[in-house]
Amino acid sequence: MTDLPQEPTPLVADERARSRLAMAWDSDVAYSFRRSPVALISTIVVLILVLSAILAPVIAPYDPFNPASLNLMNGFSKPMEPNAFTGDVFWLGTDDQGRDVFSTILYGMRVSLFVGFAAVGFAMTLGVTLGLIAGYVGGWVETIIMRVADVQLTFPAILVAMLIFGIAKGVTPVEYRDQMAIWVLILAIGLSDWVQFARVVRGATLVEKNKEYVQAARMIGRSSGAIMMRHILPNVLSPVLVIATISLALAIIAEATLSFLGVGAPPTQPSLGTLIRIGQGFLFSGEWWILFFPAVTLLALALSVNLLGDWLRDALNPRLR
Amino acid sequence: MLGYVIRRVFQSIVVLLIVGLVAFSMFRFVGDPIDNLLGQERTLEDIERLRTQLGLDEPFLVQYWNFLERAVQGDLGISYRQSRPVAEILLERAPATLELAAVSGLFAIVFGIILGIFTAIRRDGWASSVIMTVSLIGVSLPTFLIGILLIYVFAVELGWLPSFGRGEVVDLGGWTTGFLTASGLKALILPAITLGLYQMTLIMRLVRSEMLEVLRQDYIRFARARGLRDKAVNFRHALKNTLVPVITVTGLQLGSIIAFAIITETVFQWPGVGLLFINAIQFVDIPVMAAYLMLISVLFVGINLVVDLLYFAIDPRLRDERSAAGGN
Repeated sequence: MTDLPQEPTPLVADERARSRLAMAWDSDVAYSFRRSPVALISTIVVLILVLSAILAPVIAPYDPFNPASLNLMNGFSKPMEPNAFTGDVFWLGTDDQGRDVFSTILYGMRVSLFVGFAAVGFAMTLGVTLGLIAGYVGGWVETIIMRVADVQLTFPAILVAMLIFGIAKGVTPVEYRDQMAIWVLILAIGLSDWVQFARVVRGATLVEKNKEYVQAARMIGRSSGAIMMRHILPNVLSPVLVIATISLALAIIAEATLSFLGVGAPPTQPSLGTLIRIGQGFLFSGEWWILFFPAVTLLALALSVNLLGDWLRDALNPRLR
Repeated sequence: MLGYVIRRVFQSIVVLLIVGLVAFSMFRFVGDPIDNLLGQERTLEDIERLRTQLGLDEPFLVQYWNFLERAVQGDLGISYRQSRPVAEILLERAPATLELAAVSGLFAIVFGIILGIFTAIRRDGWASSVIMTVSLIGVSLPTFLIGILLIYVFAVELGWLPSFGRGEVVDLGGWTTGFLTASGLKALILPAITLGLYQMTLIMRLVRSEMLEVLRQDYIRFARARGLRDKAVNFRHALKNTLVPVITVTGLQLGSIIAFAIITETVFQWPGVGLLFINAIQFVDIPVMAAYLMLISVLFVGINLVVDLLYFAIDPRLRDERSAAGGN
């Protein structure tokens, strides 16, 4: 950092970019990542599942929501066995209407992941903002925000989500209910989950706001908003990242639970939870695959995201090691 | 001391008033009550008359107060779907949920403590590591999948236990109980395990870590040095001292059991309050939803208050910190 940069040629810029990559590769977090088989495997599982959900229209052999591609004769095909009537083979079998289970899982995972990511994004935005304000501003604003957080924390998150879902459903006009169900679900899960973010960010902000760099920023006359967003926020982000990952696993399970209970994703947009709900009905008649494969997918998704969160927590917190 | 208690009680009342406000707003603003009560052929006079009769022309706060007054007296409105007083439906459904919650709670406490002691005493044994691993997997499985798994194994494959409902129940003057018939008891097993499993693991882990902590203490070493038998040391000396945190955590979990009963009751089609609530959400039955919201809030706020005050009474060390921190 002694000599000023000369006129940057494209080559220099390129080198600099490469060195930044190299720096990232050499960082503590990347090192611990390379050394942790659990983190590697769960990342691979999450990546495969997320990619196949995004690419569902390309990968899925059938479009489960296009009635033209369905053949009732294909109903209840066993996995990997040719259907008795049509001779078609379905990797993971079909449900009662002849829908390919593999394709419905791919599309269901899209809904589950979309709701999960959106809900966590919403909870994170809300929680981090309120946490920053509570920690930095203090006073009665802090008291109100943290009191609400305390009260909400005494109720289980899933119950809060159910109640918000119920109220929001009641407020939406009947004709929009199915259309809005996904957004209501995101709102409900997001609102049930902001407290963790707010608490951690508030705690970290209380520590950061008395440090010298914040005092310096204040002294050169930066506004409170700018100090919170540009100076404090980047320094409190690493615990937020950990909570976000663990929240994602919880949000995916919460979504599945609500949809399983029939108070989540609408029948027109089945998520993994909806598929399990449908599959439960066929358990007694021996069609286990309609339930089994969506359930395994849900478990793989939730478990690998959870393990990734655990690893991230340890990696970003060298003191715990 | 007195200041803390008063502040804590005051806080609880404020929370309940806010929850009541939410419940009341649901009634007032979700759909038009007049629309719900009057049919298609109504005149403006009908509407006006009913508005006055129901007190809907009064100021918001007066209406809210009247709503609270009625709720406290047990008048929770009339279910849109069943056209019966909500209080009556709740009373009819309550025994199923309470019996299920009681059995799951008992299951969680008994097995949680036994397994917790076992894994603490035989800390290095293979059985302990198996129990700990299984419990870890059990915690990460969503409740509804555990229920389905149990149904598949014990109802579908083995055919030992029923997969849904309460079995035969006996009516004891308004309280229906499944405890007195064989089919009622059999029907309780799977839902109770599903509901209690999570709490059981929680208690087990707590007992284990508390026991490990206590077993390191000097007075335990002294008891061993005095030549007392293992049994006496483990149970008379160690276990007794681990039970205080276990009791408080169990108390706090009581509310969770009732809340999570919603999921278990849906999986097993158990005719309790939780299933009623899920159906109310599905059919947007506002009075039932509002009543459940208020009921569960009273329960949670009450349990939290009692546990907080108990902590305060039991552990004098907390007193100074707690009143300084405003009592969280």
